[in-house]
Amino acid sequence: MSANEKLLDVDHVTVSFHIGNFLAGGQLVAVNDVTFALYAGKPEIYSIAGESGSGKTTLANVLLHDLEPTEGKVTFEGRDLSTIKSRRDFMKFMSQVQPVFQNPFETFSPLRRVEEYLIETAIQFGRAKNRRDAAKVADEALHQVGLSLAEVSRRYPHELSGGQIQRVSVARALIPNPRLILADEPVSMVDASLRMAIVNLFKKLRDEQKVSVIYITHDLATAYYISDRIAIMLRGVVVESGPVENVLGNPLHPYTQLLQESVPKPAASEREQWAQHIELGSTEVREYGRLGCKYAGRCPHVMDVCKTEVPPEQEVEGRTLRCFLYHDGAMPETAVSVQTGNLETA
Amino acid sequence: MSLLKMEDVRAYYRTEVYGISRSVRAVDGVSMELHKNEIYGVAGESSCGKTTLIKVISGTVKPPLRIESGSIHYNFGAFQMDMRKIDAEEMRQNVRWKEISYVMQGSMSVLNPVRKIIRSFEDIVGTHQGIPDKKAFQEQMRGHVMKLGLPPDVLNLYPHQLSGGMRQRVAIALATVFNPSLIIADEPTTALDVVVQRGVLHMLKDIQAESANTVLLVTHDLAVHANVADRVGIMYAGRIVEEGPTQVIFQAPRHPYTEHLINSLPMIGDKTVKKSLGGAPPNLADPPSGCRFHPRCPLAMDRCRTETPEMIMLSERHRVACHLVEEGRA
Repeated sequence: MSANEKLLDVDHVTVSFHIGNFLAGGQLVAVNDVTFALYAGKPEIYSIAGESGSGKTTLANVLLHDLEPTEGKVTFEGRDLSTIKSRRDFMKFMSQVQPVFQNPFETFSPLRRVEEYLIETAIQFGRAKNRRDAAKVADEALHQVGLSLAEVSRRYPHELSGGQIQRVSVARALIPNPRLILADEPVSMVDASLRMAIVNLFKKLRDEQKVSVIYITHDLATAYYISDRIAIMLRGVVVESGPVENVLGNPLHPYTQLLQESVPKPAASEREQWAQHIELGSTEVREYGRLGCKYAGRCPHVMDVCKTEVPPEQEVEGRTLRCFLYHDGAMPETAVSVQTGNLETA
Repeated sequence: MSLLKMEDVRAYYRTEVYGISRSVRAVDGVSMELHKNEIYGVAGESSCGKTTLIKVISGTVKPPLRIESGSIHYNFGAFQMDMRKIDAEEMRQNVRWKEISYVMQGSMSVLNPVRKIIRSFEDIVGTHQGIPDKKAFQEQMRGHVMKLGLPPDVLNLYPHQLSGGMRQRVAIALATVFNPSLIIADEPTTALDVVVQRGVLHMLKDIQAESANTVLLVTHDLAVHANVADRVGIMYAGRIVEEGPTQVIFQAPRHPYTEHLINSLPMIGDKTVKKSLGGAPPNLADPPSGCRFHPRCPLAMDRCRTETPEMIMLSERHRVACHLVEEGRA
């Protein structure tokens, strides 16, 4: 497979839900015209970050082929997901794309031993014909995450620590030999001293197993640490995306700037900037319903055009950006004041 | 001036089934002081005894939890109190919510989903003070939430109509109705995203600065402590292992556990490899002997396995419990 071949191609995907009853109500566009691609020859960690209610999980459901997009299409290894109908095709797709969920204690039934899941997965996906072979496959997968079958065998989920059980769920996802792992907030329930173990594990998978990872999170600090590229989502729209060093290192979109600044710095010497007061957003539904830029209601640099027109995607300084401030190559003066962190006018 | 003085408090969960007794030593020999007009941060992983410590401090100890030993003294200015001797009725009338209030983690489960927010305010004020004049009370509450920067209309809404951040700020408004001496905030921003977290913490800080009371902020997120707390105490397996001013803790941590926690924090702009600790937090029903951190400590010595380290005062406000520091090796 050549390096430029696309592993996953997300092409103008839109998902809208009907809210309200069948007589009255409106559309809520949870994912709004999202486009990105991962390349087969270049395994990478792609982060999707944003506040709660920004459509991250809906997008994940589309990528897992759990939800049909209203518009646009998703192609995996050259195959349009909407053409996957038969069980055989679906199994084949699932063996290539595997999920890791947020709360491992909810992923696993408390009444079943965790090894059962590993053995079941191995047999389901044809990695093993009987339980003995399956146990071997499970043990191999557990070794990749720094555990062994002896450590987890005969254990129930509550008998493992949060870090251990989340590693088991990564191991389970590895059993079918996937090419893509979709991890939805995989560390938010894991203790601080164990969190880095999971995060480092994804890096190791990328480097050694050549597995691509889509890392969905609201934790920008870990996103910066592990990812190669990042997409910032706001109310269904990807407002800024590109290499993480550009997007988080020097954010251009006012929303990314606010997000990046709001991450509390783990050093007591940088308290002042974080302590500057900010305006919190109105309710989610109201921002979803906005005509133009979804951030216009909170943006300190809002212009008339932002309220009526959707900013188009354009390439600015090594990233894709949706903001009128930088339209047609303009780098307005206002943007400079943003970079110095003057958000008090908000 | 100290508001709370705790000395060598031990609180265990004791259960007895078929003659087999078991105790979980969730708070095991904690001594600490809370001063007036400060934000004290307690950091630690899950199941390190943070919540039990809150139960002890707020006087909500119920079986199977029992305070085994130690003293807990409060000085509220107007009156003093021994938490281990006070009876339930006096606690309800004079202390709970008036002097010690509590902001909980999941604000959705704090506010009654089928009643308007103003009813939650009524419940609390009615229980602890009584509402002689309903109209005056409503005006007063509108003034209270407005002072905290919330739109007064929220009082007439139901909890599900508010966003997560707004609900959490309502929970803080509830906790500050009587302007208490101590506000205990238990993971107040854990479920929120960064922008909202920032707004909620600002509000908590502003309230503290204005009324000069004490906030006990409990969260596992050290980055929050770095930005909000005046002093930080690090808990591990039921004990405080290090305590000091925020600046000192973040710049010159002495305990290997604190050091690891701080060094492993990811940061925007920093891509150096962060290591994670091996092992898992210990089971408090059967904690390790000696220093409880020794099975995971990269620097553990023989002595750490058998001897419990004492608190060492490094300076007037910085103390640590570690044999390495005592021997001058860390």
